[in-house]
Amino acid sequence: MSSEKSFVSKAPDIRIKPAKEIKKDKDGKSKILLTIVLILGCITILFPLYMTVIIALKSPSEMTNDITGALSFPKILSLENFAEAMRVTNFWHSLGNSLLITGSAIVISLAVHSMAGYAIGRSMAKHKGFKFIYFYIVSGMFVPFAILMMPLVKETAVMQIDNMFGVILLYVVFYMPMNVMLYSGYLKNIPLAMEEAAEMDGASTWKTYWKIIFPMMKPMHATVAVLTALGTWNDVMTPLVIMSGSDKTTLPLAQLNFQTQFGTNYNLAFASYLLALIPILIFYIICQKQIIGGIANGAVKG
Amino acid sequence: MKSNRKIRKPISNKTKTLLLMLLPALLLFVLFNTIPLITGAFYSFTNYRGYGSYDFVGFRNFSDLFRDIRVGKSYLFTFKYAIAGTILVNVISLLLAMGLNSKIKFKSTLRGMYFLPNILGGLVVGYIFSFIFTYIIPTAAKALNIDFLSNSILASERWAWVGVLIVGVWQTVAMNTIIYISGLQTIPADIYEASAIDGAGKWCTFKKLTLPLLLPFISTNLILSTKNMLMVFDQIISLTKGGPAQSTESISYLIYRNGMEGGQFGFQSANAVVFFILIVTISVVQLVITSKKEEQL
Repeated sequence: MSSEKSFVSKAPDIRIKPAKEIKKDKDGKSKILLTIVLILGCITILFPLYMTVIIALKSPSEMTNDITGALSFPKILSLENFAEAMRVTNFWHSLGNSLLITGSAIVISLAVHSMAGYAIGRSMAKHKGFKFIYFYIVSGMFVPFAILMMPLVKETAVMQIDNMFGVILLYVVFYMPMNVMLYSGYLKNIPLAMEEAAEMDGASTWKTYWKIIFPMMKPMHATVAVLTALGTWNDVMTPLVIMSGSDKTTLPLAQLNFQTQFGTNYNLAFASYLLALIPILIFYIICQKQIIGGIANGAVKG
Repeated sequence: MKSNRKIRKPISNKTKTLLLMLLPALLLFVLFNTIPLITGAFYSFTNYRGYGSYDFVGFRNFSDLFRDIRVGKSYLFTFKYAIAGTILVNVISLLLAMGLNSKIKFKSTLRGMYFLPNILGGLVVGYIFSFIFTYIIPTAAKALNIDFLSNSILASERWAWVGVLIVGVWQTVAMNTIIYISGLQTIPADIYEASAIDGAGKWCTFKKLTLPLLLPFISTNLILSTKNMLMVFDQIISLTKGGPAQSTESISYLIYRNGMEGGQFGFQSANAVVFFILIVTISVVQLVITSKKEEQL
């Protein structure tokens, strides 16, 4: 293979050049066309968002019965919808809960899943037991929430964790199969020599892990944090069934609960939708590179 | 062989620590995955309503399941949705990924834009699209005299599933595109150069080079998107609530609806068990087929 490649790239150098130049012109045109198509394609993504922003900024009196009424720029920017939406959906309360749940789920996942991934990844080849546990946990990926849902509602109620704490623990379990797989896969990139040297110096396995291995798994921590965050932040079903008894809501859950109160006041409804989207949009704009990179990293390693 | 002998030896201190490190994950997993799974399977053999006393009914829930018209309809809808969705999502995202992976201007901005739908919550996205389907499209259709679209497709028993499908595809394409892009980047550029020098056409290069080399990523994407689309829930509550006339009731939604609120805990547990077995079977079949294809290469 390599000899073929070097033959191809070296020998016919003189002959290829003109052919390449002719191609370049054609390529340039098709690239521009491709760029235009891709930019036009963005409309399908931006239109719903544009509509959301415009309707959220309008007062109901400006919503006439034609398309322009819904989609034209508002004559007066009114922020009243937002104030009202914040009040109706108890925005700060649900934002706080969502942040608490997602944040805790990430922190616990990073600690618990990386430890498990390390223990499994380093022992799988030597001990059949660890290998069995690995497949046992990873197979959890195929268990749909639908089958766990009803028993979990009973179980969390009995354990008296049918609240935010329970939801956090459930997220740690739901993302465990994927995260453990990612961590134990990533360990192959970290040479054993590192820990062996530390252990020679008398450091315990526990200490070696936290001082040396854990910091070295940083790229995977980013991936795990991103995947866990996106999944938990937008999830409706788990808080819906587990926290239904408490008066606490998360950001998406508040949208569901207050949907009936918006009635036909679309401006209020869209202000509320926009408020629900803004935190993750801000997060995305700031960390876009890390988010996309994290997911790509997970795809290649997974 | 070697490992067997090692286990019989007294467990070393290192292994002990590693076991301890595994313990929290294992405990949580048993407590909130395995135990509910077993309880769910247990209730599927009872007539439990979610409260009060219950009796064992053997396999009656399962035999009733196959005769229940509402359950049958939900399977039909869910599979129609998942099959159409998986095909659409993978075709669109593969095309998008190839476009976004070529040397064009604004590449990273465009990539960022196309990933956007993935970070937005399915529920709110559903509400926004619901307005587009029930208000924007019919008004535009009336103005342009397009009869077919002048009523909301979400109100049509025949076409509501297409509305749900559009929203589902809109969101799922984003993630699969990123996975395909990272797959395309693992293919070294000189392979393409070599094939161009050999005179291979674009279609030939795609079929003989890109597709086979992408196979592991296609396999990941197929399994991921099929599984996610089979479990559709958020879009259903925000777009149609299963209607009109239960034409868009997904399996997850039906289990939630009737199991949690309709007093069919036992019966819907049986439904969930069947659903679980189906998902595992489909995933395993997909894995076997794609790994066979990979071996052939």
